[in-house]
Amino acid sequence: MSARSNILNKLRTGLAGSIPRPDDFDERLVTEPWQYAPEDRITRLRNLMEAVHTEIHQVHSDNWPDKVAAILAERNLSNLLHAPATAHGQKLAEYWPKSGSSAQLLAYDRPVEEWKEELFWQVDASLTGTVGAIAATGSLVLWPDRHEPRLMSLLPPLHIALLKASEIEDNLYAMMQRQNWSAGLPTNLLLVSGPSKTADIEQVLAYGAHGPKELVVLILEDA
Amino acid sequence: MSQRIPVTELTGGFRDRAEVALADGQLRTNFRTAMDSLMKKRADAFPDEDEREGLRELGNRIKARALSRLPDLLEQLETKLTENGVKVHWAETTEQANEIVHGIIRARQGSQVVKGKSMVSEEMEMNDYLAERGVECLESDMGEYIVQLDGEKPSHIIMPAIHKNRRQVSKLFHDKLGVEETDDVNELIQVGRRTLRRKFMEADVGVSGVNFAIAETGTLLLVENEGNGRMSTTAPPVHVAVTGIEKVVENLRDVVPLLSLLTRSALGQPITTYVNMISGPRKADELDGPEEVHLVLLDNGRSGAFADAQMRQTLNCIRCGACMNHCPVYTRVGGHTYGEVYPGPIGKIVTPHMVGLHQVPDHPSASSLCGACGDVCPVKIPIPELLQRLRQENVKSPAEGPKVKDGGAKYSRKERLIWRFWQTLNSSPVLYRLFLWGATRFRKLTPKHVGPWTENHTAPVPAKRSLHDLAREHLAREHLARNGGQ
Repeated sequence: MSARSNILNKLRTGLAGSIPRPDDFDERLVTEPWQYAPEDRITRLRNLMEAVHTEIHQVHSDNWPDKVAAILAERNLSNLLHAPATAHGQKLAEYWPKSGSSAQLLAYDRPVEEWKEELFWQVDASLTGTVGAIAATGSLVLWPDRHEPRLMSLLPPLHIALLKASEIEDNLYAMMQRQNWSAGLPTNLLLVSGPSKTADIEQVLAYGAHGPKELVVLILEDA
Repeated sequence: MSQRIPVTELTGGFRDRAEVALADGQLRTNFRTAMDSLMKKRADAFPDEDEREGLRELGNRIKARALSRLPDLLEQLETKLTENGVKVHWAETTEQANEIVHGIIRARQGSQVVKGKSMVSEEMEMNDYLAERGVECLESDMGEYIVQLDGEKPSHIIMPAIHKNRRQVSKLFHDKLGVEETDDVNELIQVGRRTLRRKFMEADVGVSGVNFAIAETGTLLLVENEGNGRMSTTAPPVHVAVTGIEKVVENLRDVVPLLSLLTRSALGQPITTYVNMISGPRKADELDGPEEVHLVLLDNGRSGAFADAQMRQTLNCIRCGACMNHCPVYTRVGGHTYGEVYPGPIGKIVTPHMVGLHQVPDHPSASSLCGACGDVCPVKIPIPELLQRLRQENVKSPAEGPKVKDGGAKYSRKERLIWRFWQTLNSSPVLYRLFLWGATRFRKLTPKHVGPWTENHTAPVPAKRSLHDLAREHLAREHLARNGGQ
């Protein structure tokens, strides 16, 4: 007998004579306490994310690359990883020569194995999109794909994320429903609620444990 | 790194270790401070009692529903994960689980493993198993890393290094990594970051646990704050997730309340920094992520707990640690005193099913039954009730057919006879009065040493007169006074 059938048999014996419990999931319990007026969603998101050291700027769809250039300049960073095949990546690339920024634009255009050393140690910052955010918990939703791979939002010490104001949902349940997650998830769906942190020594909060030391969110107010 | 030296030389059982721990002022301060802060954080995270209780009830129902369909859900999970390209393995014992993990590593000719935090891998003692076979298995959660560096085991399931303060960590880093000593926690964390980042890059295999396995979509959900979980599951070419069979839930929506209960109960956070939902290996057109993803489903005694409808509730546990944070016993003796992987109240009800009561005979009684653990449990496990049940199982005679692994570990014919005598004595008025008469008249003859009681107390000596006697006399006097007045 295999381990699989032994385990399943034992469990089935344990359940003998019992009936499965009904699905009485009450969605009000996870939605009603977490509803906000549309104008309050950004405030709620900002409050929660800023409380865990996220830097947030409200910008417009025509001028956000300016802000990116300014953020890099403030920190004196020498490069930025972007996704040239996405709409926001293209916009950034078009704007970049005009920005006067000295930071070099990099692209994640080959498998990680081909540039692991560089990706792990030499990329200063990255810019990715999001597929929305959750006001209740102050979380961004990232849907990594071929253009914005998983490590792009993890390895660089600074992660800049673009968020459309219209894509902020009240709570996780609403987000799941609106985007119909149960019909198909990506390889790695992520909720990101701040820069990497730890409280493992004396419960003292320290930022920049293994992931980004800084998270900057640009909220596109008109998008 | 393979040898494991406990904090204090911990031989003997719970009682001996508790005595050592209680006398360790530093340890007690470290735990008291941490637990007070964790209790406050949890309370602050649930400001609305109605919301909290509604959510706990929902959490309980979701877990009860999942357990009522557990074998079907495990099969559904396997089917979905397989469709998604994840290889599913089953292990009845920790030995089998280790063999599976080692087999996967060997197939890749791997020699370096980097591990995200996983209590199931602690159950397996995976680090030691792999080290003995020439595979370096490095912990990457900051707390686990500190504990591993010092050759210890975690003392808390969420905060593994909670028993150490910053000076102890600084000294450890200085001794083992050759860095300057510092009191700055940020600097200590940066030492860990630099050391481990290279390991993430070089590792052949990444190992992680699982917080929730979702049958509907074939998804493994992991929560964490540091990013080490994402690193371990994304950077190496192979990801192996290990988990207990009780972690499966039916639907994706079921994780909404469970996630909220977990992070708020554990750390008082509305959510962790990262919620990582993995549904498969790297797809053909993707540029990173592991080429292979494996899930090892471990039983290790869980099906034993499952067999009994009452004890099945043990498997509701979502490993938040709130029960230990609120436990007056845990706070005073610390996690290592329990001598097992899972400390505190949850450890006391889950460990007997894994290792048997012979190994942990004192676990069920190491509790004041104050009820705090049951009150805070986010999935409403009636921990005090289960502890009482385990106490009964612990003293059952072989004829009474104990239902827990090694049940009857504390059964003693002598004790049973004493209790039977006690029962007879207290249920027969004639015998009881006779006994009282004797006990009060011959009080000088009571023994000076009566087991563990007299280690810390003076021996009990019956009063000269019994309450019965005094009451009778008192009533007689009153009667007399009343009659005399007439």
